[in-house]
Amino acid sequence: MKPSKRITFNRRSFLKTSALASGGMLIGFNLFNACKPDAKMPVDLSQLNYNDFNAFIKISPEGKVTIFSPNPEIGQGVKTSMPMLIAEELEVAWDDVYVEQGKLDTKNYTRQVAGGSQSIRQGWEPLRQTGATARQMLINAAAARWGVDASECTAKVGVITNSKGETLGYGDVVLEASVLEVPEDVTLKDPKDFTIIGKGKGNVDIDKIITGKPLFGIDYKEEGMLYATVLRPPAFGQILVSYDDSGARSLPGVIDVITIGKKVRDYQESGKWNWSMKMSNSDKVVVIAKTTWDAMKGKSAIRATWKTETPLESSGNHDSILLDLLNGNEFNTMRKDGNVKEAFTSADKVMERVYESPFLPHNTLEPMNFFANVTPDKVHLVGPVQTPQAAAEVVSDLLGRDIEDIHVEMTRMGGGFGRRLYGDFVYEAAEISNAIQKPIKIVSSREDDMTTGVYRPSTKYKIAASIKDGKLTGYHLKEACVNGNMYGSIPNFFPAGAIENYQVDTANYKSNITTGAWRAPFTNFLASAEQSFFDELAEELGLDRVQLHMDLLDKVKKNPDPKIDYSPERLQGVLKLAVEKSNWGKTEAGVYQGLSVYYCHNTHVAEVADITMENGVPNVKKVTCAIDCGIVINPLGAMNQAKGGVIDGIGHALYSDFGFSNGIPQSNNFNTYQLIRMGQTPKVDVHFIESNIDPTGLGEPTLPPVGAAVANAIYKATGKRLTKQPYISNMNVSEKVLG
Amino acid sequence: MPTFTLKINNKSHTVEADMDTPLLWVLRDQIDLVGTKYGCGIGQCGACNIHVNGNVMRSCLLQVSQAEGMDITTIEGLSENGDHPVQKAWKEVDVPQCGYCQAGQIMTASAFLNNNPSPSELEIRNAMNGNICRCAAYNSIEEAVKVASKKIS
Repeated sequence: MKPSKRITFNRRSFLKTSALASGGMLIGFNLFNACKPDAKMPVDLSQLNYNDFNAFIKISPEGKVTIFSPNPEIGQGVKTSMPMLIAEELEVAWDDVYVEQGKLDTKNYTRQVAGGSQSIRQGWEPLRQTGATARQMLINAAAARWGVDASECTAKVGVITNSKGETLGYGDVVLEASVLEVPEDVTLKDPKDFTIIGKGKGNVDIDKIITGKPLFGIDYKEEGMLYATVLRPPAFGQILVSYDDSGARSLPGVIDVITIGKKVRDYQESGKWNWSMKMSNSDKVVVIAKTTWDAMKGKSAIRATWKTETPLESSGNHDSILLDLLNGNEFNTMRKDGNVKEAFTSADKVMERVYESPFLPHNTLEPMNFFANVTPDKVHLVGPVQTPQAAAEVVSDLLGRDIEDIHVEMTRMGGGFGRRLYGDFVYEAAEISNAIQKPIKIVSSREDDMTTGVYRPSTKYKIAASIKDGKLTGYHLKEACVNGNMYGSIPNFFPAGAIENYQVDTANYKSNITTGAWRAPFTNFLASAEQSFFDELAEELGLDRVQLHMDLLDKVKKNPDPKIDYSPERLQGVLKLAVEKSNWGKTEAGVYQGLSVYYCHNTHVAEVADITMENGVPNVKKVTCAIDCGIVINPLGAMNQAKGGVIDGIGHALYSDFGFSNGIPQSNNFNTYQLIRMGQTPKVDVHFIESNIDPTGLGEPTLPPVGAAVANAIYKATGKRLTKQPYISNMNVSEKVLG
Repeated sequence: MPTFTLKINNKSHTVEADMDTPLLWVLRDQIDLVGTKYGCGIGQCGACNIHVNGNVMRSCLLQVSQAEGMDITTIEGLSENGDHPVQKAWKEVDVPQCGYCQAGQIMTASAFLNNNPSPSELEIRNAMNGNICRCAAYNSIEEAVKVASKKIS
């Protein structure tokens, strides 16, 4: 094995090891502090409780290896891929590894989060260090027993060998290893020696999934647990006035009817704030029952009176408000290069387009649910949440309990897509259990889930470009959005750096409808707008679509800009690969292609959609997807994420629509809200750029580009530019498709 | 409350429930068979699919009172050791992302292949169209049905 890198543990990273009472060795790594750029060492290392470590390896004297996966699993595959990083450097056979979900530690860690496609990117080095350190300690223990120098020993597949050819298994030396000092520097493997990373490993929970074993939050049970359903205001802007629970109480399975909401109101009124809390200040009626069905029936039997506290909003109003914002002058400038105003004034031609998108619910197939058991000793919370730390912090404040009292366990999640970043269901569960001092599981119906969501906000973009002497001279992007706005480095994404006069402005309207992150926040629609615009712009300039992009990216290469975190070379790389693999421009008659290239969440992607038209309805037959995410950790999982992201993106760009009328959501279940089904799916052909660059995430990046790829293909087929999502209903063919 | 005797996975269970209780919730909350999943409650998503006398059915729409005397199979009873050809194909293709809908997908596919062991691609796409996968693992589901079909025929 050739050493690739000497790692010295510095103030940003440290490990701790301990002997297990039951025999064996436990090694932990303060992963998430290590990931933080501003991480500080704790004042006194000896005061650290070993159990505080949330990412660790357990090795038994029998040589059995358990790897605890730190981050929540929402279907993005980290419960498989993060342990793969540890196992690679530990030098064990993947088949011998047992993976367990790590619990939350509220004390030392800051990123036990599923979100932003960051788990792999940020875990890449620390997780391998953890594995490499454990390996070195086992080698050191074996060397000591043999009385030889550790450098004469190697480890492979859980067996240590010395220069004489003698061998010891990990289990044989684990007790000695556990009391050794943690080595200060370890050697990470050369990528060419990887035996686990880069090899397709199946989902670690596959056997449980295919045989229906309890795995998800909604499956969680404890002795004496009761079920709770929550009746919330039917319209955003309303609050509870009174209710009649006699019907519910007469049902045999109903145990109690209570109200909650005061704890949340007190929290909000005290000036406390947590980004994960997006909740109305209304009281809510809770039915406690013996079974889920009893609780659901009980909720239906409540007769509640609501009153309007803040204005009831409708999608028609949102549309005109957002358009007014785009046409107005109240903007927040996010990036400004050169002088767009001047470029537009002196232009031969200005091209301006408006792009529109609706609200969207997340619709995780497992509806919101959570278990809570509040007792004088502790607060036990179990269930599906993408942000367990925020959940623990808010519950601590809500109930006035020490953070040490709050214990959060994450279950596998039946989807996240951003919805479970917001822990309203955790807070409700905690308030309910606190009120009745019994273990309860809160369960949302599909209708509850879809109508009391934290939605992707409706967003509109106005993009304008100036053309002078046949050249692109200026680009002005304006965003009008409900509640939030684009954030972070998004204003510095392409075409920032490629156009001399460039400006990004944002404006927003504050609504009482709860909104938040939805898989690839903002870029999930911004990419559709921008990449549709560039398709039209290329046509306007009389340039080949691919050439326009290559030329603009060449300009970025010549003018390096520290604010830009996309790589023009890597964008060109995926563009070339997608063009090559899709047979771009060489399709058979009746097949129309559209292209889109996009960077977000640190990953570069280009996609080509092939469509046919059947009775005036577009049918997406194939999507070619080229990805540069650096080293691919788990090709099987990566392929699943890529294909899923593409099809999810098509479904929401083409079919899914959501709006409000007088504060009331206009769909509440899958009979009126359309999710993509198998009959509407293309074959997704995925190609990864071969790379030795450190890996980046895949949970989100393949979704944003696909909307424009399809819209651009539809333009080729029909001559019609689509600017408003969902595209199908705005083509006036919805009845044929939905029928 | 009335009692019902149900034959589930070749075992007899007696439960006490309201007549209109969907079989889904009896399975999940009372018999501890939580592999059958709740997704929509109105027969749209297929997450709760089970076999009733060999045919695929939505357990959210089947009331417990209608289920007496029927031969009910859930994902837990599809095979002894998780080795039904469809389950094996699901593992081979590594279908699941979040995994929540997969029990329902497997129950649909296994009943379908039982009646039509060598389906065409279009037949597969039609048969599986009633099952929503929110992670959109549809390409892999389609491939796994094909792999299972080869194992069976």
